[in-house]
Amino acid sequence: MIVSGAAWAQNPTTPATIDLPLPGGPDERVITTAFPQKGPMILQRTRPPLLETPFEVFDRGVFTPNDAFYVRWHWAVIPTEIDVDTFRLSVRGHVDKELSLSLKEIVDGLPRVELAAVNQCSGNSRGFTEPRVAGAQWANGAMGNAKWMGVKLRDLLDRAGIKPGAVAVRFAGLDEPVMSDAPKFMKSLSLDHARDGEVMIAYAMNGEQLPLLNGFPLRLVVPGWYSTYWVKMLDRIEVLSAPDESFWTKNAYLIPDTPGADMKPGQAGVAMVPINKMVPRSFITNLKAGGTLKAGTKNLVRGIAFGGVTGVKNVDLSMDGGATWLPTVLGRDEGKYSFRQWQAEVAPAVGDLALMVRCTNDDGLAQPLANNWNPSGFMHNGIETVRVKVA
Amino acid sequence: MKISMGTVGFAVPIVAGVVLALIGHPAVQLPPPSPAVAATPAASGFALKSVSVELPVSDVVFPGGAKADAIAANCLSCHSAGMVLTQPDLAKAAWTGIVEKMIHAYKAPVAEADVAAIVDYLQETRGAK
Repeated sequence: MIVSGAAWAQNPTTPATIDLPLPGGPDERVITTAFPQKGPMILQRTRPPLLETPFEVFDRGVFTPNDAFYVRWHWAVIPTEIDVDTFRLSVRGHVDKELSLSLKEIVDGLPRVELAAVNQCSGNSRGFTEPRVAGAQWANGAMGNAKWMGVKLRDLLDRAGIKPGAVAVRFAGLDEPVMSDAPKFMKSLSLDHARDGEVMIAYAMNGEQLPLLNGFPLRLVVPGWYSTYWVKMLDRIEVLSAPDESFWTKNAYLIPDTPGADMKPGQAGVAMVPINKMVPRSFITNLKAGGTLKAGTKNLVRGIAFGGVTGVKNVDLSMDGGATWLPTVLGRDEGKYSFRQWQAEVAPAVGDLALMVRCTNDDGLAQPLANNWNPSGFMHNGIETVRVKVA
Repeated sequence: MKISMGTVGFAVPIVAGVVLALIGHPAVQLPPPSPAVAATPAASGFALKSVSVELPVSDVVFPGGAKADAIAANCLSCHSAGMVLTQPDLAKAAWTGIVEKMIHAYKAPVAEADVAAIVDYLQETRGAK
């Protein structure tokens, strides 16, 4: 049994565990309450932390509470103390004027914006990839939705002044690799993307400062793009006059340049590109596999969906293996990058029932029936099926 | 609180949803979308407070006694053992590739003499059968 020391300390006899239904296992994980500013989380790795949001949290509302928001770090040297008076965010490189800003200057000195957006790990649901691949073995909880508050990256870049010839902007945070010669975690965006007026530097999520493990005090928010770009503990911004050739942009987080990032295991000659825009997903949140519905009456089925890089157009349910689809009713629109709740009522006949849910986004892109495969288990977004009994 | 308001707000379309779901009509009247980005003047300050936390340490050990000596000596400085023990069963070639990646891309200071023992351990513990 895999048990963290902290979990033992809290509950010395029977640490709570959960079985993630990962094909072929191992699927037992500890539910940990040992991490600061976090409630019960699925422990995927203690150091550096990989904490998964228990899936039932997604049934409680369209926003994911900060203390249940998933956590993912690459390198183990993570500052555990942040002094808000001495912290500085620098803007350097191909700019007219280099900046070193205090948190107060950022919070009080730049226009405030708010945006609801889904933050999803590139490898969310990797544990369901078949054939299985290495990496954090997430079930579906490496995602969350928050109302982010902060400033536009564009406003900050305009204050520094972009020099002609700039092409990209690179971001890095306070975390460091254990080995000093290992590549520091950095990500970059094209200059146009960085200046699109939507990319933000957030100092609050869901109305409160960020938990340290979610990137306190500042985190980049790249709406509609995978979380690898949402650099945590952001403290340096570098405007580049040439494309970013550093490891984490050029060599890591690559996907096959194919529809749905799909390829065959072992397929040769596939062009690889940096992961980028998210694709639509949807989930049933009020029913678990093996649960029961009542026959002869209407049963409420509900869940969440998101469109990826654009909004949710519709969410449909199927009870016949995908032959026919029934519309569902969408909840309040919190913005195109947000989770959107959906619900429907079904009155199925007695027997085994497979409920399938499919999101189509505002670009007309629908979830595929089959899951993709790529060597890193990125961009998993096949139609989800929940099997229940009707009695 | 925003979260509960969202939930309450959804109670209204539920009633319409029942009827519409039964007749299969996709068009539903819902509140207009809120603007994606709403800028407001930074009039009221938002106060950030300094944070000091402690992160837990793992006491998970690699099982297997002496067979685990090489992996325990070389791999735990960068990540806890749970990272390895939660991995699926992978082919030996895949494990070899992962160890090589740790050394060359992520600069893990693994003694050359220990590489074979680490790969053997991974193959035995999490190898595709």
